[in-house]
Amino acid sequence: MFDLHGYFPFILKGMAVTVQVALFSLFIAVVLGMLGAVAKLSKSRVAQVIAGFYTTIIRGVPDLVLMMIIFFGGQLVVNNISESLGWGYVDISPFIAGTLTIGFIFGAYMAETFRGGILAVSRGEIEAGYAFGMTAKQVFFRITLPAMVRHALPAFGNNWMVLVKATALVSVIGLQDMVYNANQAGGTTRQPFTFLLVVALLYLLITGISDVALRWADRKFSVGVRRA
Amino acid sequence: MAEAAIVVEDLYKSFGQLEVLKGISLKADEHDVVSILGSSGSGKSTFLRCINLLETPTSGKVYVRGELIEMVTRKSGEIVPVRQKQVDRIRSRVAMVFQQFNLWSHMTVLQNIMEAPVHVLNIPKAEARDRAEAVLQRVGMVDRKNYYPAHLSGGQQQRAAIARALAMEPDVMLFDEPTSALDPELVGEVLRVMRSLAEEGRTMLVVTHEMGFAREVSNKVMFLHEGLVECQGIPEDVFENPDSERFKQFLAGTLK
Repeated sequence: MFDLHGYFPFILKGMAVTVQVALFSLFIAVVLGMLGAVAKLSKSRVAQVIAGFYTTIIRGVPDLVLMMIIFFGGQLVVNNISESLGWGYVDISPFIAGTLTIGFIFGAYMAETFRGGILAVSRGEIEAGYAFGMTAKQVFFRITLPAMVRHALPAFGNNWMVLVKATALVSVIGLQDMVYNANQAGGTTRQPFTFLLVVALLYLLITGISDVALRWADRKFSVGVRRA
Repeated sequence: MAEAAIVVEDLYKSFGQLEVLKGISLKADEHDVVSILGSSGSGKSTFLRCINLLETPTSGKVYVRGELIEMVTRKSGEIVPVRQKQVDRIRSRVAMVFQQFNLWSHMTVLQNIMEAPVHVLNIPKAEARDRAEAVLQRVGMVDRKNYYPAHLSGGQQQRAAIARALAMEPDVMLFDEPTSALDPELVGEVLRVMRSLAEEGRTMLVVTHEMGFAREVSNKVMFLHEGLVECQGIPEDVFENPDSERFKQFLAGTLK
């Protein structure tokens, strides 16, 4: 179908990087998102303000701009600190920078998703937890969290799809992901579109598999729900 | 002599400017079944919720089996329990049944019933399962144990919720309008279970609109009006010779 001039393994290697960046970023995003959601819903004014600041800023600035600010700006900051401590030049790996940035960006979206999910959990079910002598921690982990997953899952899936596609941005900061490698191969062989099409199909493969997994998860977590 | 199951002394509760409870006292001995009556807005549910501290009283004392729930006023004016551990422990001995059932929707009936015994009382799982089976038998719900709440009728959900409360082997059971959210034809099955619990000597505080239950099953009746006790006593006296005009009106309204 496509003549890839033997570059296919090279593209697949990039794909592995893409998947790794996506999964690590997702992990960071979920952790930050959960912290953000809990902070937004907490009684502490300080936590609310910090979380509000985080989600507002992040959601209001383009991902690409943020990524460059964090990567290049972060490099600057780290080196200034390192220099003042007399440690010399520190090179931030594009993988770590890319993963942190995407995780940081999507943490803000996840925070909103999780906040909505938590708010959708029945107040009465939470109250029943307390009424039976559960601690706040038990109520959160045994009632709020599992009940919230069902509500948060559709938006979570959406975020994940967008996150996977956003990993393409890491090629800008020099990480050799699928897009970066495809560009290289396309340039060398003078067949850029062939390789871009391959990349597009591979992204579709990743999101397609995700879609199946998310449907499965949705069924699993909606088991106690009457279907309309 | 055994301590009274619940003693409430001079309970006040305000929500902001709105004073909902204006000094309510109650003593419930063991095996007492107390019906708490009142029109909507009389504060009866709030009163019940103050007993297990789902609402924090503004002032007043609550004793459960002689143990005072210790409260303290913070500098900010907020009133909080001195020890949350004490509150958790007392809540585990005072089981509540809610108007909206409030079963945990992501768990089956069996899981709902085992949840608090396993995670609050730290009872081994196998034992909690036996206990759950027994209380499900008690409320006639064994055949529905693997159902999720959403797949049950309101009456079945409420009976499951009663089973969940029973599995705690509580000292006192609080019922907050347990039949108010039910279709009329489902009220009977829940009241039958409650009546049988009363007959086996359970200590129960029941906020209810079911006058039949209040009159026939309970041995104490308390009528609240605008945050005050308008009248209380044994059902025969309160119902047959109401000395309160308001209670007469209330009865006339409910018997329509």
